Amino acid sequence: MNKSQHIITASCVIGNDKVYKNGELLFEGNSANVSDLLPGLYDFLAPDYPKFYKMDNVSKLGWLATEILLKGSFEKTAYALEDVGVVFSNSNSSLDTDLRYFQTVSGYPSPSLFVYTLPNIVIGEVCIRHKFQGENAFFIFEKFQADFIRQYTGGLLDTGVVKACICGWVEILANEYKAAVFLVEQKNTGLEFTAANMYRLFNL
Amino acid sequence: MYDLKTQLIEQLNLQDKKPEDIGDDEALFKEGLGLDSIDALELIVLLQQNYKIKLANAEDGPKVFRSVRTMAEYITEHQGKTV
Repeated sequence: MNKSQHIITASCVIGNDKVYKNGELLFEGNSANVSDLLPGLYDFLAPDYPKFYKMDNVSKLGWLATEILLKGSFEKTAYALEDVGVVFSNSNSSLDTDLRYFQTVSGYPSPSLFVYTLPNIVIGEVCIRHKFQGENAFFIFEKFQADFIRQYTGGLLDTGVVKACICGWVEILANEYKAAVFLVEQKNTGLEFTAANMYRLFNL
Repeated sequence: MYDLKTQLIEQLNLQDKKPEDIGDDEALFKEGLGLDSIDALELIVLLQQNYKIKLANAEDGPKVFRSVRTMAEYITEHQGKTV
């Protein structure tokens, strides 16, 4: 019997107006800016989740990427909700929303913007949607650090803290955006969870 | 009340709703529109920003924000005054 390994069982990459699921082009937009792309992608997926419209752009991007990642690829009933973790990273934290919030401060500060002035809120939105209760963490790096994500997520899996993990990169500042998220599970065969494989998918 | 519904949709990011989808007496919270506590704060901002009405007494919130009609009545009663 083969030893169980950490396997990338699904991936979703969003960037340059294109969306890839497991390396295949799923959706191509023709949006002038990311604020048009995100609702366009929501309409394409039609998930019937009105709370989406209340999210900030970082959360919308991470939420959509995770929605695509899991759809048809994740057997949720195979795991206890506390066994599914989420580990995200980016380079600009919640700056995109921080700046929008700051613009409201001179007049009437917006409560609904204020609640998104932390980067890990995107993890909360994903967990609320899927009721995941496992370990989560959000890291800030200058650029995508696949080696760190592999090591940290691998550690969570090896120590039994989680049995499945959604991990990757969710970055947005104004019109610059990129999401690359991976579902990692313990399987006997499949695409090995390595930094090289993550970088290859990230750079699609 | 149509204008107030339009303002609610914009202020609360209810892009999946149109003004005609919101009943004049429909509950704004819980079983009605399903607004939450952050939305309640946004409604207070809406009153200040659009009508210069400051809701000084927090206990009035549930009564004022029960429906579009109760909001409209409160605005009509207090517009131009400091509450």
